[in-house]
Amino acid sequence: MVPEVGHYALILALALSVALTVLPLVGAQIGNQLLMHTSRSLATGFFVFVAIAFACLVIAFIQDDFSVSYVAGHSNSLMPVYYKISAVWGGHEGSLLLWILMLSGWTLAIAHLSKSLPLSLRAQVLAVMGFVGVGFLLFILLTSNPFDRLLPLAPQEGADLNPLLQDFGLIVHPPVLYMGYVGFAVSFAFAIAALLSGRLDSAWTRWARPWTNTAWAFLTIGIALGSWWAYYELGWGGWWFWDPVENASFLPWLVGTALIHSLAVTEKRGLFKSWTLLLAIFTFALSLLGTFLVRSGVLTSVHAFANDPERGVFILMFLLVVVGGSLTLYAFRAPVVHKSVRFSLVSRETFLLANNILLITIMVTVLIGTLYPLIADALNWGKVSVGPPFFNVFFVPLMGFLCLLMAPGVSSSWKRTSWQQLRQLLTRPLVVSVAAGALFPAVYGDEYHWEVALAVFIGVWIVSAGVSDLLYRLRHSRHWRDGLRRLTLSYWGMQLAHAGIAVTTIGVCLNSAYSDLRDVRMAPGETVQTSHYEFVLEGVEQVRGPNYVAQEATIRVSHDGEYVRHMKPQKRRYLAGGNMMTEVALDPGLFRDLYIAMGEPLGDDAWAIRVHVKPFVRWIWLGAIFMALGGGLAVADKRYRKLAQRQAEAAEPSLTGEART
Amino acid sequence: MQRLKLFIPLIVFALLAVLFWRGLSLDPTEMPSSRLGDAVPAFELPTVDNPEATITPAIFKGQVSLLNVWATWCQACRIEHPFLVELAETEDIPIYGINYKDDVEEAKRWLEQLHDPYEFSIVDKEGRLGLDLGVFGAPETYVVDKQGIIRHRHVGIVDQRVWDEEIGPLVARLREE
Amino acid sequence: MHPVRRQRLLLVLFIVVFSSVAIGLMAYALRANINLFYPPSQIVSGEAPVNTRIRAGGCVRPGSVERSKTTLETRFSLTDGVVDFPVVYSGILPDLFAEGEAAVVNGSLNKERVFVATEVLAKHDEEYMPPEVAEAMSQSGGDHDETCGGMAYGS
Repeated sequence: MVPEVGHYALILALALSVALTVLPLVGAQIGNQLLMHTSRSLATGFFVFVAIAFACLVIAFIQDDFSVSYVAGHSNSLMPVYYKISAVWGGHEGSLLLWILMLSGWTLAIAHLSKSLPLSLRAQVLAVMGFVGVGFLLFILLTSNPFDRLLPLAPQEGADLNPLLQDFGLIVHPPVLYMGYVGFAVSFAFAIAALLSGRLDSAWTRWARPWTNTAWAFLTIGIALGSWWAYYELGWGGWWFWDPVENASFLPWLVGTALIHSLAVTEKRGLFKSWTLLLAIFTFALSLLGTFLVRSGVLTSVHAFANDPERGVFILMFLLVVVGGSLTLYAFRAPVVHKSVRFSLVSRETFLLANNILLITIMVTVLIGTLYPLIADALNWGKVSVGPPFFNVFFVPLMGFLCLLMAPGVSSSWKRTSWQQLRQLLTRPLVVSVAAGALFPAVYGDEYHWEVALAVFIGVWIVSAGVSDLLYRLRHSRHWRDGLRRLTLSYWGMQLAHAGIAVTTIGVCLNSAYSDLRDVRMAPGETVQTSHYEFVLEGVEQVRGPNYVAQEATIRVSHDGEYVRHMKPQKRRYLAGGNMMTEVALDPGLFRDLYIAMGEPLGDDAWAIRVHVKPFVRWIWLGAIFMALGGGLAVADKRYRKLAQRQAEAAEPSLTGEART
Repeated sequence: MQRLKLFIPLIVFALLAVLFWRGLSLDPTEMPSSRLGDAVPAFELPTVDNPEATITPAIFKGQVSLLNVWATWCQACRIEHPFLVELAETEDIPIYGINYKDDVEEAKRWLEQLHDPYEFSIVDKEGRLGLDLGVFGAPETYVVDKQGIIRHRHVGIVDQRVWDEEIGPLVARLREE
Repeated sequence: MHPVRRQRLLLVLFIVVFSSVAIGLMAYALRANINLFYPPSQIVSGEAPVNTRIRAGGCVRPGSVERSKTTLETRFSLTDGVVDFPVVYSGILPDLFAEGEAAVVNGSLNKERVFVATEVLAKHDEEYMPPEVAEAMSQSGGDHDETCGGMAYGS
């Protein structure tokens, strides 16, 4: 019964989203207030019915309703209830439903949080969101219905969720990631509304910016969670593999980052308008492309969902309609700038332009590396794969260059910056960061690593230039506290996000330079010695969990002869699927992680064991948290609410008047 | 001129779309089956009904036939089974089964309960024949021509659609050869 | 020249130079870093190059896995059902690696035409049911052999 309710709720949601697409759009076109006003209640209805459908699927999982094919394939009565709930999005159909839930949630948020938006703009934005909803609801109903029944032969027991996915990381990673993906649908909807109405002024950017920043912050956290999950769950000790699925989430992040910078220029200086619109379209297009790549089976990946060409055809069609349609609209409607607002070669505009060019270049290289196997296959060049070295060759230097430009970018002013100002602001940071970079590898570690010197230099350069800029801004205040109060939240957000980049850069580079990775054969009583740590395998014994049995090794760790702790990695065998799983033992720390994973038994009580010492690995994710917090601070800035409201009041009569004529 | 530049993104996207369209028809996980175009590998195996029988590839000679890999542990085979029964009744084509890595007694019960669409089912308990054929799992279906040569391999369930679009037309063509 | 025009010219020049350098580098990097996939038959027939990073895959032939007594070195054969080729790997094998299962290896062929793997990947395909999963569905128990349940070929 419950699954049928869910199915009907989805059909009703589809009907509502069709209405949400059509009515407000027509209303905005002919200037009918009544039709435009329907958008808010339709958006609410859309959300309510998708939420009902989602709740029904959750109930089917909690009740172990194995007559539902999706439940039978992804759950098991032995699983703890929190994994049963997270198993809802453990497979293709359920995660798609989560995607739609997020979409309807964002739609609801626009409908109710943007009271200051002019009615016609809100109607158009919501209509675009509704249209995206129509596409995905059709997709789920036609090709991947999670409520399909396995009748008349319902199994007594489910096949179990892939043990890799029975984990806290999976509970939180997809929802946050989808919040980011889908959040860019909002920027996209704003862009389409701007193209439709021809209205693209600084008020528009002020409405679009907070939404974009929010989506970007979610995506940042989502990617970081994915990387963290891969780190402790896959048992290889890596945290980024340049896998197609990872790239699929990274591509929109790169363009999204370019977008939030380009939006800043559009808001402050009215420049890059068409470019900003294009970036908004691209960001969402890449989110959709990611969905296409992950679910259609055109690329293989460790994380990909089970493939189905039929689904691929559908998403490709949808991609064609959405991206093709919006780019056509863009080509005909995007503003062509005739009067050029000038800015000098050394100005914040130039640095932000460089930021955009670099980010787009990085995106293109990642995209080409990701798609190259597909290109080669299509042109009959054989079946190939592109390894991580390709990505690193481009990513590392381009990203390094981007980070170098970050400091002068922050220190420069709009329109024109004198060299003198830059020199005044950046001399001290330069001295500090060069010294720090040169000294750090000499003090830390046993060998001198040039790449570490470079990374520390870049990290300190960004942070110290930020501090220098902060002091510069406080110079006129009588008391520093007054000065601090005058700084906006978005300024703090920018500083924090840039510091996050510095922290991540340092983390990535120090981790790759100083990690001590050993894969060894160990029998009880044997010892592995790294430069400062000693690991002794004391024994291996069998333990039992709720739905698995495990071999658990006990390893005694000491640091320079001093006892640290016992670590207990496991090799689990899940009872339902018979799947083997490595459970890593971690000793996390701000400056180093100890990482032990069990391989396979080698006979004679010996085991293959992976012992890693990973300095600074936490910094990678810590930086991402800073970035996301920075994005959040920027959203909280008061000026978006106040100014947007004032602009809206001013804009409303003229806009509706214009539409009527 | 200015306006034309704005069409560039659209053109780039169109090129990518062509690529993706092409990509959908390619399968990156495709296993180039080395058995396509070769004769069914040699074997001498009993059947589910008769443990004394010795079946050899000689059975494939003389007519176009289907070779279906199935097992009682295979849920997908359970879904496929009714269609095979229907096929055996409506189409004039012999279907040979390979009972793959299975328990013979359970297989017998399965055929009694769910009807037996097969001429007979070859018992491949160790999966040796499956390995020689390049079978990865069940169900899989091979189309074998009059000379006993494998002409087509379908991985997964055979249903009406697969029969109408993929296997049926091929069988008709092979019969004319 | 008019300053606006000069600025525009500089911009265009910059974009042209920048993008051509980028494209050149990319083509070079792609040539150096792609791994072609070879099926077992091509490796055995000698079509696959020696000492070049390639990818290969097949089914791990049951009974072929040999482990060293003192190190992490493992030797096994990959097969497509017709031909086999030997693989040697030193390191920790993935959880899903098992005899009779599909595996993909990254590495290169040495002069003796033994595949020296630097990475071994094993993968189950979720849609295509291997016996052990099916076993859990029906809870019949009993010992089934694993089989090549899905291949991550060319991935």
